[in-house]
Amino acid sequence: MSATAVAAPAVHSLWTTAAAAPIHAPKIEYAQLSPILVVLGAAVAGILVEAFVPRRARYGTQLAVTLIGLAGAFAAVVGLAATGYATTKADLAAMGSIAVDGPSLFLQGTLILVTAVGVLAIAERGLEPQSREVPHVDAFAPQAAAVPGSEDEKAAARAGWSTTEVFPLTLFALSGMLVFPAAGDLLTLFIGLEILSLPLYLMCALARRRRLLSQESAVKYFLLGAFASAFFLFGTALLYGYAGTLDLGGIAKVVTGDAAPNAALNASAHGDALLLIGGAMIVMGLLFKVGAVPFHAWTPDVYQGAPTPITGFMAAATKVAAFGALLRLLYVALPEMRWDWRPVMWGVAILTMALGAIVAVTQTDVKRMLAYSSIAHAGFLLTGVIAGNKQGVSAVLFYLAAYSFVTLGAFAVVTLVRDAGGEATHLSRWDGLGRRSPLVAVTFALFLLAFAGIPLTSGFSGKFAVFSAAAKGGAVPLVVVGVLCSAVAAFFYVRVIVRMFFAEPRADGPSVAVPSALTGTAIAVGAAATLVLGVFPQWAFDLADKASVFIR
Amino acid sequence: MNSLLGLLIAAPLLGAAVLLLGGRFVDRVAPVLGSALAGLSFVLGAILFSNLLGKPASGRAIDSDLFTWMHVGTFKADAAFHLDQLSMTFVLLITGVGTLIHIYSIGYMAHDEKRRKFFGYLNLFLAAMLILVLADNYLLLYVGWEGVGLASYLLIGFWQHKPSAATAAKKAFLVNRVGDIGLAVAVFLMFTTFGTFTFQGILHPSVVSSAGQGKATALGLVLLLAACGKSAQVPLQSWLGDAMEGPTPVSALIHAATMVTAGVYLITRSSAIFNAAPTAQLAVVCVGAVTLLFGAIVGCAKDDIKKALAGSTMSQIGYMILAAGLGPIGYVFAIMHLVTHGFFKAGLFLGAGSIMHAREDEVDMRKYGGLWKKMPWTFATFGLGYLAIIGFPGLSGFFSKDKIIEAAFAKGGTEGWILGGAALLGAAITAYYMSRIMVMTFFGKPRYTTKAEGGTSPEAHESPAVMVAPMVVLAVGSVFAGGFFSLGSRFLHWLEPVTGHSEGHSPVSTGVLTAATIVLMLLGMGLAWFQYGMREVPAAAPRSIWPVRLARRDLGQDDFNHAVFVRGGTRFADGLAEFDAKGVDGAVRGVAGAVGGGSSRLRKLQNGYVRSYAFSMFGGAVLIVAATLFMRAV
Repeated sequence: MSATAVAAPAVHSLWTTAAAAPIHAPKIEYAQLSPILVVLGAAVAGILVEAFVPRRARYGTQLAVTLIGLAGAFAAVVGLAATGYATTKADLAAMGSIAVDGPSLFLQGTLILVTAVGVLAIAERGLEPQSREVPHVDAFAPQAAAVPGSEDEKAAARAGWSTTEVFPLTLFALSGMLVFPAAGDLLTLFIGLEILSLPLYLMCALARRRRLLSQESAVKYFLLGAFASAFFLFGTALLYGYAGTLDLGGIAKVVTGDAAPNAALNASAHGDALLLIGGAMIVMGLLFKVGAVPFHAWTPDVYQGAPTPITGFMAAATKVAAFGALLRLLYVALPEMRWDWRPVMWGVAILTMALGAIVAVTQTDVKRMLAYSSIAHAGFLLTGVIAGNKQGVSAVLFYLAAYSFVTLGAFAVVTLVRDAGGEATHLSRWDGLGRRSPLVAVTFALFLLAFAGIPLTSGFSGKFAVFSAAAKGGAVPLVVVGVLCSAVAAFFYVRVIVRMFFAEPRADGPSVAVPSALTGTAIAVGAAATLVLGVFPQWAFDLADKASVFIR
Repeated sequence: MNSLLGLLIAAPLLGAAVLLLGGRFVDRVAPVLGSALAGLSFVLGAILFSNLLGKPASGRAIDSDLFTWMHVGTFKADAAFHLDQLSMTFVLLITGVGTLIHIYSIGYMAHDEKRRKFFGYLNLFLAAMLILVLADNYLLLYVGWEGVGLASYLLIGFWQHKPSAATAAKKAFLVNRVGDIGLAVAVFLMFTTFGTFTFQGILHPSVVSSAGQGKATALGLVLLLAACGKSAQVPLQSWLGDAMEGPTPVSALIHAATMVTAGVYLITRSSAIFNAAPTAQLAVVCVGAVTLLFGAIVGCAKDDIKKALAGSTMSQIGYMILAAGLGPIGYVFAIMHLVTHGFFKAGLFLGAGSIMHAREDEVDMRKYGGLWKKMPWTFATFGLGYLAIIGFPGLSGFFSKDKIIEAAFAKGGTEGWILGGAALLGAAITAYYMSRIMVMTFFGKPRYTTKAEGGTSPEAHESPAVMVAPMVVLAVGSVFAGGFFSLGSRFLHWLEPVTGHSEGHSPVSTGVLTAATIVLMLLGMGLAWFQYGMREVPAAAPRSIWPVRLARRDLGQDDFNHAVFVRGGTRFADGLAEFDAKGVDGAVRGVAGAVGGGSSRLRKLQNGYVRSYAFSMFGGAVLIVAATLFMRAV
């Protein structure tokens, strides 16, 4: 993929002087690319499992392949970091396409861990009422035509039909996410974007219950995602037109004047317009992925419609990957443009925080509420991005790690609260949950407090880090808005806690399913990360701080 | 020796911990354990004392640096103790009288179910009081200061099932807080001015004068406020009378002999500050003079024996504060009177307790009378304490109080005459009210009918030996301490290296003053005998002229506090509550309403149609591009 990107400007000469310029095979640093390659390999292996392993054994095999692949990839990240890649050295691998530096490795490590926890929730098969005929049902539709709970579905389940494709799909999405924050040029960035998006579109449509909502959400996500990709691609073209290169570092050099711009451009005024419009459009493509206003509209609908384990994975991992890419773009390719993009980003951040916090106040569905909460958090993260200093980078890295575990945990808890129609996501159904299932309610309250940024939770450490970085970077008004929005946000988080603990339980209220070890582990890991990063955040801050230098 | 200093405090602290946390397992050993640990503390104090005596007069000090308590930037506070002649005097008084009162309580509290807690609190008090007087910096002193306040609160309200005791405890706590704020402000001021809290770093004439007279005066005044609260001096005197709701040993130890004298300690310890601030000193002597008369007048009108003694305590501490305010001429005598007062007032309270013990907690002196025959030991010890406090020639009070009166005159000028006059007048009133107590309690015919005679009162009897013995020891102290201290100016030489001393020039010769004091004392005694000894004491207090009625109401102290502070405070709080309800809550509700309204309106944008989502994205994109280009243009 990178070969195309680098070779593109040379196409004409290739045709005319074919004999004079022999094609060199690109040099691939397999060791440095190993985290991505391992995940891709596991995904391909998953497809082979789908094709060749008997139906009944597929679930176990897929889960094993996935977890082993993730373990291998994480070991690869740790190995790279141990050989000094995050701290003392950095490299542009695959002819400049993939940056192996601190932020890449930190985010890749986070993504792999997040996916591992997310896969545990995805693999859960013990929440639906079980019977002798139908021992295991997961959150995904086994066959598009089978109505949930119907005889057809039971027959399909008995026959071993289940949607084990989600495992390779998850791994493919992850491989895109691993490329995304590490991409060294715009085309690789785009490919990462597509690789991570396409499996997610599919996975959103897989819900076993409320299937129409699920399919609608997938279509919406796909259409709007395609629209955003178009923006991104158009921006790429404009930037290439300006700089004559797709390389992020190369673009930066042209902006600073260290390298000549595209020879075809002679009037610099036009060049500036290309740069500004192109840069803005690429940023828009990324803002869509993080769910920032005004590109947020898909978030509530998709979060609500997608199967809840997928929502958790998507909400956590996509945000990590997309913010990583945004950081790299703004800090590597466009740092000199700071005075142009900062005011606009200020506006976006303020709108995102305010809209997310305010609209969440009147939400009645817990998944939609968490969706708006994720919009507000995107705004908080943007304040860290805007800080424009090293501290801002490390703060955003920390915040992403902290936030993703809280999100995974919260959505995993949502899968537990069920009634006859599946998950009971309407907030009024959560009344008095604390009396019936104190442990679940207390855990969910912990996640909510972390979202609200209450001290001794990771949410506080993260918010404190981004806000102090932003204040140091001269964005004090932004911090003030952020704190005010946090106050508004605290209202709707605490309201859920009040409902759970201080409202009378409903007679027909939902029951809380006892999860298997899979979801149980996912929730426990989420809660543990929330507490540890809240009470002893310093080591994680140090880690993020060491990993906060981009290679140019 | 340094480690002994820590052990001295650790003993009662350990006692408090064991007794308060030990639960009912230690119920049976509580009285003995508490008393033994207090005694151990006294023994350690005595060893330290003999060690100090062995050193040359100029170097009599032991320092013990336990650990660094807090260290943040330039802020440093140590848990460090400093034992010199002044704190040694207090240590011996506190542990000595404390031990005696522990022993006395074994008998007095024998039938109380909560004995264990009582002894735990008493131990806690001893530990806190020792920290107070041994601290080598004002911050640690503050710890002890609050500790004794806590112990006092717990012990006044020890019988909290009685609403009057619970209220009295609360009152004492609240009034003390006002004074404590003074000490807190003093500590803040010291840190901002001198950058340290240690006595060594602050209490030096050159250091204090470098801060300027304004600062010194401010410091002196806030320290005086602290002293007023703890020592029940006007205007923060109102809690002491009610504090008599506590068990009588508590009144003897905390509210007569030791804790209430902490204010005198504070002023004497801070002598370097007061010496540099004449205005603050003037305030101190005014407070002292006013209180010594105030307490004496209240003491004359009370029929409750403990409240009469409480008025007396207030008055006697007024003498000490007055002396301390006089500067180097008075410091030594303030402390000397403090020690002798510790003996005789503790003895008087224990005597009162002994009577109450015999009379089922009857405190109304109008229902006493003729007790000298029934309770000879109590009569003898109480009588010696009585003679000591009125300044009968040769007994303790005679030496210490006379010195204060002399020093007041020696202040010189009109001031000297006024202060000296007040002190003399106070001596006369003291003789009157103490004689009144003595006569009403021990002489005349019994004004009660025992059960044997068909009445309701129990037959009075002498208290057990465990109670009598401490009274005897204290009576011995009341008789001889003053003379012992004055012989060859021993006490003066002992304390002088710490407090400094200068002889004043009294306009009146010592002989004339002594004669005047004795004459006034005899006048007071005679008047009391004439009023209560020669005539029948009515069983109920007669309606008297208004000054007497006013004195019975503690000279209107509570009416004044109620009118000014309680009503004023209530009105202020009402105003705040109204502002909170209308202003603050209104604003909060308004904001919440606005957010909710905005939320309802904004969520309508989320209409579910993908076309409008796409349109909003497109609009947003146009806006962002336009804004970016606009930013470049400007």
